[in-house]
Amino acid sequence: MEKMRMNVLICSGTGCMASESEKVIKNLEAIIKARGFANEVEVVKTGCFGFCEQGPIVKIEPDNVFYVRVGPKDAKEIVDEHIVKGRRVERLLYKDPKENKPISRQEDMQFYKKQLRVALRNCGFINPEDIYEYIAAGGYEALGKALLEMTRDEVIEEIKASGLRGRGGGGFPTGLKWEITKKQESEVKFIICNADEGDPGAFMDRSILEGDPHSVIEAMAIGAYAIGADKGIIYIRAEYPLAISRLTTALKQAREAGLLGKRIFDTDFNFDIDIKYGAGAFVCGEETALINSCEGKRGEPNYKPPYPAQEGYWGHPTCVNNVETFANIPVIITKGAQWFASIGTEKSKGTKVFALAGKINNVGLVEVPMGVTLREIIYGIGGGIQGGRKFKAIQTGGPSGGVLTEKDLDAQIDYDSLLAVGSMMGSGGMIVMDETDNMVDIAKFYLEFTMDESCGRCTPCRIGTKRMYELLNKITSKKGTMADIDALKQLAYMIKDGSLCGLGQTAPNPVISTMKHFWNEYMDIIKDVDHPQGEGRYVPKNKIGMKS
Amino acid sequence: MQIKSLEELRKIKEDYKDKVKLRSQNEEAGDHTEILVGMATCGISSGARETFQAFVEELSKEKMDDTKVITVGCVGYCHSEPTVQVIIKGQKPVLYGNVKKERVHEIIEKHIKGGQPVERLILSTDFETI
Repeated sequence: MEKMRMNVLICSGTGCMASESEKVIKNLEAIIKARGFANEVEVVKTGCFGFCEQGPIVKIEPDNVFYVRVGPKDAKEIVDEHIVKGRRVERLLYKDPKENKPISRQEDMQFYKKQLRVALRNCGFINPEDIYEYIAAGGYEALGKALLEMTRDEVIEEIKASGLRGRGGGGFPTGLKWEITKKQESEVKFIICNADEGDPGAFMDRSILEGDPHSVIEAMAIGAYAIGADKGIIYIRAEYPLAISRLTTALKQAREAGLLGKRIFDTDFNFDIDIKYGAGAFVCGEETALINSCEGKRGEPNYKPPYPAQEGYWGHPTCVNNVETFANIPVIITKGAQWFASIGTEKSKGTKVFALAGKINNVGLVEVPMGVTLREIIYGIGGGIQGGRKFKAIQTGGPSGGVLTEKDLDAQIDYDSLLAVGSMMGSGGMIVMDETDNMVDIAKFYLEFTMDESCGRCTPCRIGTKRMYELLNKITSKKGTMADIDALKQLAYMIKDGSLCGLGQTAPNPVISTMKHFWNEYMDIIKDVDHPQGEGRYVPKNKIGMKS
Repeated sequence: MQIKSLEELRKIKEDYKDKVKLRSQNEEAGDHTEILVGMATCGISSGARETFQAFVEELSKEKMDDTKVITVGCVGYCHSEPTVQVIIKGQKPVLYGNVKKERVHEIIEKHIKGGQPVERLILSTDFETI
């Protein structure tokens, strides 16, 4: 093997591929070959760098030069100038929007300065389709360590001590979940990876699966060993074709390397993973609905308890964890719980990946330690609001969360403080809104989403969200009265109290929180001739379910 | 190949470490030694590519992972190409001229490992950089 002197890393995540990064790769390879450098310079397809706003990203190592917005036509200049002659292509460097001077090093960019990449450690660094690159980056050592040097209880203790909590939004301590599943007496147990990422504007899990699929596979094997399962399932939505194909490749390579299958690391531990495709229903991210869908039934949630840890997939104890949760596990095992627990706040340890979207300058994927403030994310990493407009609100937690305004921007990001200010962590979608956005329309947008996604099993959610949507429609078409606003409010709390699963219980949140923070915007479009002072009330026709 | 023990895994890790080594970021700027090879047209026609390759091979053979070899443009000493600049942290950069691939070994041994610049190859730099 000739010694490569240069690596050209290029993002081949879904975001950059949508901006023709595949053509850039093809052109780079062809031109490098034509110039006779094919034996010295390697083009490496990597996962997401996170800076999707500036994609496609090309990074040249060891020179540590970061090119942005590289189109297929720029390939020739990069090869002829940088690779052949060592001259940087100034016009493709990232320009700091404030000082307007080009920056070539990733470390110097505001976007990366405050980030700490743990779950995304290999995204944009290794080729996700090559298991040996993952191993070279320290992969599968955690699995070896767990199987050969640790008992099942020790693994669980380590995860418990790390303070890792579920990254799908619930925030349930992962170690505890594993312990509960381990304690169940059953011959057969399952471990499931929840890759059904459904929040509008969220793509954390997809990027991890596309950029570093082996980390999830390794972590599932560690989890399976800890709880005593020999079968794993990755439940992923069929809308993620690239993630599915990378996962399939990764599973095949892991089997060939003996890291899945019978007698892993020559121990008694057997484990293999199947992929199940979901049709993209939001409710299937809820674990009981997910299990139903895995079994081939309708994706509808069940009443809990029994929790899946007690009776899950085909009635056997099942542990369901989110993709990002899994991605943290191998590092915790290799670097130790103490290291992990040293990052973050008192009750929320580690880092969290967020998908920044909306009216923000640096749209993309960021990973920050728990405890940074929303202000740091929006104005530091995110680079402020597009077009220099004024910040209005940020929606965290997707359609289940709520809006936060200027006064909450200094809240620390962790599970508990976000709940305290009336939103939630959720899975990590963050949508930024500026002064031109109408909040009633935003509430309506989210409600339309949950209304569509309601599985229809329980009445409050199925009918309630529909009625709420109708009321909102009436209000936004300026035909609403105060009685409608009152009805909307009552209905919101009724759905919250009466729904079976998390989808319904949180569906009214966007309406409740926009009413709380932006009451004036509702009032602006109410034309109530009978109650100009806003004293109108909605009187239900019967009292069923009402607290009078 | 089936991996059956941690030793086998670590061996694969060693074998493939070279593949991702070039990309290891997390080092602070200036922590490592940098070898800048002038690769403009004049450099290439005088054999800079061979010189470059010789540096890469020797460093990798010697497992000197903290030394980076980087291509740069022309520094203006076209009469003495290939030019090579060695930057060791905390020291004044040293510019060498006429570094054919046969002279790579000497620079690595004496200067980078031994800390003694190879005087007879040094070009006198009479320009200031900012």
